[in-house]
Amino acid sequence: MKLIFECGTREQHLHLMPACDVPEVRLCEQREQPLDLPHISENDLTRHYTALSKRVHGVNDGFYPLGSCTMKYNPKINDEMAALPGFTAVHPLQAESSVQGCLEVLYKTQKYLCEITGMDAMTMQPAAGAHGEFTGMMLIKAYLRDRKETVRTKIIIPDSAHGTNPASAVMSGFTVVNIRSGADGGVDLDSLKEAVGPDTAGLMLTNPNTVGIFDRNILEITRIVHEAGGLCYYDGANLNAIAGVVRPGDMGFDIVHLNLHKTFSTPHGGGGPGSGPVGCKAALAGYLPGPVPVNKDGRYEQVMPDRSIGRVKANNGNFLVVVRALTYILTLGREGIPDASMNAVLNANYMMSRLKDVYDMPYDEFCMHEFVMSLDRLRRETGVSALDVAKGLLDNGMHPPTMYFPNIVHEALLIEPTETESMETIDEAVEVFLKLYETAKTNPEVLHQAPVTTPVRRLDEVGAARNPILRYEKA
Amino acid sequence: MNFPEDLKYSRTHEWIKMLEPATCLIGITDFAQSELGDLVFINLPKVGDEVVKGSVFCDVESVKTVSDIMTPVTGTIAEINESLVEAPQKLNEDPFGAWIAKIEHITAVEDLMDAAEYEAFCKI
Amino acid sequence: MGTYIPTTEAQREQMLAAAGISSMRELYANVPESMFIRDSLALPQGKSELEVRAAVTAMADKNKVFRTILRGAGAYNHFIPATVRSITSREEFVTAYTPYQAEISQGILQSIFEYQTMICMLTGMDVSNASVYDGAAAAAEAITMCRERGRVKAYISACSDPQVIQTVQTYCFGSGTEVIIVPEKDGHTDTAALAEMLGEDAACFYLQQPNYYGQMEEAAVIGDIVHAAGAKFIMGVNPIACAVMRTPYECGADVAVGEGQPLGLPLAFGGPYLGFMACVRSMMRRLPGRIVGQTTDVEGTRGFVLTLTAREQHIRREKSSSNICSNQALCAFTAGVYMASMGEKGMKQAAILCMSKAHYFAGRLHNDVGWHLKYDGEFFHEFITLCLYPEKVLETLEEHGILGGLPVEGGILWCVTEVVTKEELDRAIDIIREVCADEADI
Repeated sequence: MKLIFECGTREQHLHLMPACDVPEVRLCEQREQPLDLPHISENDLTRHYTALSKRVHGVNDGFYPLGSCTMKYNPKINDEMAALPGFTAVHPLQAESSVQGCLEVLYKTQKYLCEITGMDAMTMQPAAGAHGEFTGMMLIKAYLRDRKETVRTKIIIPDSAHGTNPASAVMSGFTVVNIRSGADGGVDLDSLKEAVGPDTAGLMLTNPNTVGIFDRNILEITRIVHEAGGLCYYDGANLNAIAGVVRPGDMGFDIVHLNLHKTFSTPHGGGGPGSGPVGCKAALAGYLPGPVPVNKDGRYEQVMPDRSIGRVKANNGNFLVVVRALTYILTLGREGIPDASMNAVLNANYMMSRLKDVYDMPYDEFCMHEFVMSLDRLRRETGVSALDVAKGLLDNGMHPPTMYFPNIVHEALLIEPTETESMETIDEAVEVFLKLYETAKTNPEVLHQAPVTTPVRRLDEVGAARNPILRYEKA
Repeated sequence: MNFPEDLKYSRTHEWIKMLEPATCLIGITDFAQSELGDLVFINLPKVGDEVVKGSVFCDVESVKTVSDIMTPVTGTIAEINESLVEAPQKLNEDPFGAWIAKIEHITAVEDLMDAAEYEAFCKI
Repeated sequence: MGTYIPTTEAQREQMLAAAGISSMRELYANVPESMFIRDSLALPQGKSELEVRAAVTAMADKNKVFRTILRGAGAYNHFIPATVRSITSREEFVTAYTPYQAEISQGILQSIFEYQTMICMLTGMDVSNASVYDGAAAAAEAITMCRERGRVKAYISACSDPQVIQTVQTYCFGSGTEVIIVPEKDGHTDTAALAEMLGEDAACFYLQQPNYYGQMEEAAVIGDIVHAAGAKFIMGVNPIACAVMRTPYECGADVAVGEGQPLGLPLAFGGPYLGFMACVRSMMRRLPGRIVGQTTDVEGTRGFVLTLTAREQHIRREKSSSNICSNQALCAFTAGVYMASMGEKGMKQAAILCMSKAHYFAGRLHNDVGWHLKYDGEFFHEFITLCLYPEKVLETLEEHGILGGLPVEGGILWCVTEVVTKEELDRAIDIIREVCADEADI
């Protein structure tokens, strides 16, 4: 397939704007470098992108059981609301009186998310989960600075954590102490007790954890950290298991981030934009980045928290993404939120129960919203790896689950069906997985060669990294 | 799998070639490169860096991993093999020829194995 | 309540039975009893789609949408071709995940590769990443890129967008980087002060072009000063201006970043926007976030894949320089479609229209209203006029459906883009003249 630069001719262009109706003015010093943007007719432009769209696989196309990503259905009403001119045509620096609707959106969303998470205050500013993690770590840093406890420089993180956790801690100037996970996938309490001390700034944890298990020792874990003088940060990536059923605030967490593009149905857009609001208990509220909207007798105002860490980006966060999330929360409401979570957990357990007689499940108990399979034994016996099975799924029209995460499971496939999949879809997916297992045993070469039906076959990633070609250049 | 006789080996799979009394070349072994897979990049140290035995002095990347390379000697980086930046595959193709750095002013050395000991160590 | 759960009651019973579970409650067996939310959440009851539409639309209706927008200051009201909205709302692009499974994601990967190429073309730089959150975050990440042992101070022009300065300061509080603001003189970066301030420990200097006041800076001269001090030169550029001004590459920038919202993204009360980052080849591996590279598959067919991934957090973890995971992919895609639709001709035309109309307006404000420019240097499409009663002027303009410039110290920061007609500008002038006449009477 051609790149857009390889289409069209120099003479082609769209006629988009009228001639200048005032005297023309130009800069004294102008660019000399050519601006070789595409030259293409509107018809060919549209065909190019239509062709690209046929080489994409979205939630709209099929089952997307990516563990840790919560690829649930993206409701269309959310998109419609995010396209209202009353939202899209509003300048971020308009006077407050003229944007009361936008402030109401931010205020209400933060209020509802505080209720769901058990937090006292929240910012909608961070643009993604990792951005929220960074924000949360900075809240801890500022809090400790003001208490003159800057000797606390360590953040404790389980070895099963998502890479953004240690990266966010280090971006905020902390060092990371990794602790072991136990045989049950939960935090190893002895490892935790050894790790805490007078230099503990805090703990970063997700619960359910990255192997899909709710850590039954959670209250003990947060108690140990608090007793040592540290704060507890909740990574909300797995909230879809428990939203409306259990609150992170009740588990002992002081700060949380949420992923609106996971739990709250906003679309992934090929890698973003997401939204990573950060909530916290009252003691930390003054440190939130700002401004935050407040309700003063029915009028909304933007106020900078009194000890704010400042800003983690310009303006008001990914506002249209927040509009989508609010629409979703209003749709589901107080009964729908927990209902969605419970069905997410049910779907995952059903799918696990149908696969566990064939695939190895390292954690032999009921899972939460996701479960992990290990293909280590399969690889040793047949040479077929988790990657090979994933590529085999592609030939069956299915997006593979998350591969090789978390690190603590070898040849991992992490599966999260979400609550918006039907029983039929899950059954069909199970059949594909079972068929692939058979293929691995009887004809492994097929899987080593997979995929064969996709627009391209396996790509040379080594070559791509050794000799990076990161842009098109005319020959 | 190669285990050249004239080199010394660390438990973390680096090889050392002593040049003068207080200088050496350092690289990764054939065993190391086969474990690491196709290497795509090396983050070389800087000339003048002080390195301490038993600690990390650079890292190598494959497509999906980063691996620390340890130094079994304490000293100063005298030279680095810049050609590895453009051609990291040399570490896979010719691990004992593709030296990573020359370390000088060596003041301490870990206990190192000879070729036979290292070969046995790799077989465990 | 609205629900997206497709299973029936009967099916759920079947599924519970198959999983060997007696009830939904049993699924949460690990959860301590005390932790269960007893009463329902203090949230409104779920609504039908019809009611939700009404409720959210009511919120949108409480906002004032202005027919004519003469305010910029970081967010710009530009023409968005119809192709952009049509193509970027395709569900395939909207609902896709990050393209980790390259074989079925060639559409996403190729579109990002095309975006990266277009950002390089626009800025003149060698390499671009696949986006970060916005221009302010991009500035902060660029500073991180430039840190080295012994060079840990970040310098930033006082003529930068205040929100960018704030964001940089917050990020640098995290990394322990000292942020030093280089003062302004006559609406430009004080180059004499800059030369004096840059020491051996300077990592970088960040310059906004055009700057926050709309003024064009002597970027190439500043670049030389920065390099003479051994520091790196970061330019934060307006992408529309890039179509006509000397590019960051031509000015000697090591890193070029900016706010990509003008490239086809609506104002949207501030987000989602787009942080673009491009750099010289030698700094390629310091770029944060995802990057798409070209390669071939086992049959020799050209394809695209996420590459240089060992830089990123999921591999480097605590040794990565940035934690970024999700970026603004769909916004970058939008920018690519915009730049492809506009082409060289369109981008240059948009830039010239903006600049010409802004100068026309500034001229009329001077000649027919008597307002002086605060700074008399060359400007692109933004300028500040001195004004004693900005609130009154802006209030009156707003009553007529015109969002005037941003009130700033001593005056108003105006912006004119290609969508504003001469008639609209003349009308604004008439309204302002009336306000001034009223004020003179008072």
